[in-house]
Amino acid sequence: MQETLEDFFRALRATDIPVSPAEAIDAHLAVDSVGYSDRTLLKDTLCVALAKSADETHRFDDCFDMFFAREEFKSNNRDAGDSESEAGDGPAPLPEGLPQELQNSELLQMLADGDSEALAQRMEQAARESGATNIRYVTQRGLLVRRILDRMGLRELEAAIRALNQNEENAGAVNAAQKLTQARQDLFQEARQYLDRLYELYARPYGQQLREEFLAETALSAVEMRDFVRMHKLVRKMAKKLATRYNRRRKQTRRGVLDVRRTLRRNMANDGIPFDTVWKQTKIDRPRIVVICDVSRSVAAAARFLLLFLYSLNEVIAKLRAYAFSDHMSEISDILQEKEVEVAIPEILDKIGFRPTDYGQSFADFEEDFGDVIDRKTTVIILGDGRSNHNDPRVDLMRWIHDRAKAVIWLNPEPKTFWGTGDSEMLRYLPFCHVAKVCRTVQDLERIIDDVLKSYIRA
Amino acid sequence: MNDSAVLAAVGEKLSSVDTITEGLSTVGYIASRRIATAIFIAQNLNKPILVEGSAGVGKTELALSAASWLGLPLIRMQCYEGLDEAKALYEWKYGKQLLYTQILKDKVGDVLEGTEGMDQAMERLRGFGDLFFSEEFLEPRPLLKALQEENGAVLLIDEIDKSDEEFEAFLLEILSAFQVSIPEIGTIVAKTPPLVFLTSNNMREMGDALKRRCLHLYIPLPDEKLERRIVSSRIPGIEESLTKQLVKFVQMLREEDLKKVPSISETIDWARVVLLMHADSLDSELVRDTLNVLLKFEQDIASVERRIPTLVRKSAE
Repeated sequence: MQETLEDFFRALRATDIPVSPAEAIDAHLAVDSVGYSDRTLLKDTLCVALAKSADETHRFDDCFDMFFAREEFKSNNRDAGDSESEAGDGPAPLPEGLPQELQNSELLQMLADGDSEALAQRMEQAARESGATNIRYVTQRGLLVRRILDRMGLRELEAAIRALNQNEENAGAVNAAQKLTQARQDLFQEARQYLDRLYELYARPYGQQLREEFLAETALSAVEMRDFVRMHKLVRKMAKKLATRYNRRRKQTRRGVLDVRRTLRRNMANDGIPFDTVWKQTKIDRPRIVVICDVSRSVAAAARFLLLFLYSLNEVIAKLRAYAFSDHMSEISDILQEKEVEVAIPEILDKIGFRPTDYGQSFADFEEDFGDVIDRKTTVIILGDGRSNHNDPRVDLMRWIHDRAKAVIWLNPEPKTFWGTGDSEMLRYLPFCHVAKVCRTVQDLERIIDDVLKSYIRA
Repeated sequence: MNDSAVLAAVGEKLSSVDTITEGLSTVGYIASRRIATAIFIAQNLNKPILVEGSAGVGKTELALSAASWLGLPLIRMQCYEGLDEAKALYEWKYGKQLLYTQILKDKVGDVLEGTEGMDQAMERLRGFGDLFFSEEFLEPRPLLKALQEENGAVLLIDEIDKSDEEFEAFLLEILSAFQVSIPEIGTIVAKTPPLVFLTSNNMREMGDALKRRCLHLYIPLPDEKLERRIVSSRIPGIEESLTKQLVKFVQMLREEDLKKVPSISETIDWARVVLLMHADSLDSELVRDTLNVLLKFEQDIASVERRIPTLVRKSAE
């Protein structure tokens, strides 16, 4: 049973429920105290010990049901019903006319008994021995079916069919041969189904994980439309992670560091004897973030995902103000706030996006219309490539933002070697950024934003 | 009852999943099998239970009910931002220490009378031991109290998600070993490990280290059958048919697109209100007047209001 549990843990890990060795030990201990006889009890026990969030609880339930489904061998079941009522206990006789060496075949005996339970168990065992639980790709299926059946004694079964077919005069033998041929087909069927289940359990989630990892490392401009939904999920997960870490105002008491002035003042009434002590505190403010996003033609491919990121960030950070521009700056906080993501992003792109870029004009708009949102507590994040179509980049306004804000962070989807080439004004903006980074993939995005929030919001 | 008898009684009550389910129902808590299993495992493995679920599904109530059924003292700690060791574990009674030193200042002269030189004075003082850092000046806070209970206790750490990450880390020692170290006194180990419930509303993700030390119990909103049983166990006098209609109505509300769906506590409150108004079945007017018990947001009420007659009709079927 221990092996079964270990397999089950592996299936859980495949569905993204992490089971650490320590948790595995706990689960074993917990199961020891309830036993295996009651299935719901076993399920509840394992669930309580292993699934660690509401989401994981759901996934656990599904995984458990699938893993312990152990489909009955349907085709053999009819026979089982008959033979059990007739023969009672004691093994059923093998068909007559079998060569001597096949008389002891385990598989033939099980088939003759119609013992579906034993067959299912044997198949599980064979699957484990032949490494079928390590299945990764659909294409491995045929090979693995063959391996499992070989281990169960397929050769003996085939030899038996051949032997029975040889003495054609005997009607009983032919009949038995037909039965066995049928049984062989059923076995293949069962094995295939069993492997499908194994694939579902161990491989499919693995494939999904692979795709997600792959997606996280793909350049934003190269992500295809059909991955949009998956990307949204990925980005939202990431934004949530970031937000839980930084979206809380805290007061930290630095214990052990006495605030002498305030202590003395408070204890004046006690004749200066310090009954009430006051400790030094540091207050960590909730971040105030302003994001300015370039959605013009030059960043067209990446714009959708930059907005997606913005949308997710807006879902989790309370005080986010977002602006987008091509040649004119507009506030998009409201659209992000009120509309569904499928509506919001096309609407923004439609209104503002895909026009020739003009950084200078956009900055000028920003200063005029929204200049007062930036104060010394604000962190400004600019997402864009800094390509301004040879218009006046208005570096003076960039300096103005830099001087007013707590920090200016520029995330550029272009590689560093491209900065300053052609119409890129990146190098002229660079002195007025506290941080300027290349941000090509979702992974970059997460890492950078994490760094940024850590150093600029907590300080 | 002496100590061992109390312990034996508690052990007896927690001896199987079925007795737990039954026992909890005697104090009016209808537990699903998974809840009972969680308590059973927690007792066997000496592990805390982290209870999650939306507001009002009975997370806190579970701990209260368990305490009253087991006859153990309930020690409750409400978490909030800025909660620290001094408020959770122990604190030196600084004021008292200071007061005593002020008063005893004169006594020191008497004690030291007749000593010659620093060494002798020190020697004499040493005889008095750590006068000011003894248990007398120790103010136990909930966590320490729970460890000090001879016969065990039910410790409820409520809304752990509201506390800071630092505090979460600090809980780890207590939750895994049921002991704390106080530098001046030493390590205090629980004689009987308390039964610990931590509740969380998922304001933030809990750290993996904490999750790993806990059993995890997710309480979903109940299905119709369970909810009927809960309502009738909480409000003994209520008519069977009314309960059925009430619960059906609430279950239908949960299908709607609402900002905050009503949970069990709201159902129970509503049932109480309906009972107070001497109604024996629901009608549109009654529902409209009392809807604010179920729904806590203006826009939710507005969106449901027009559909009340339909919902009432359906719930009566």
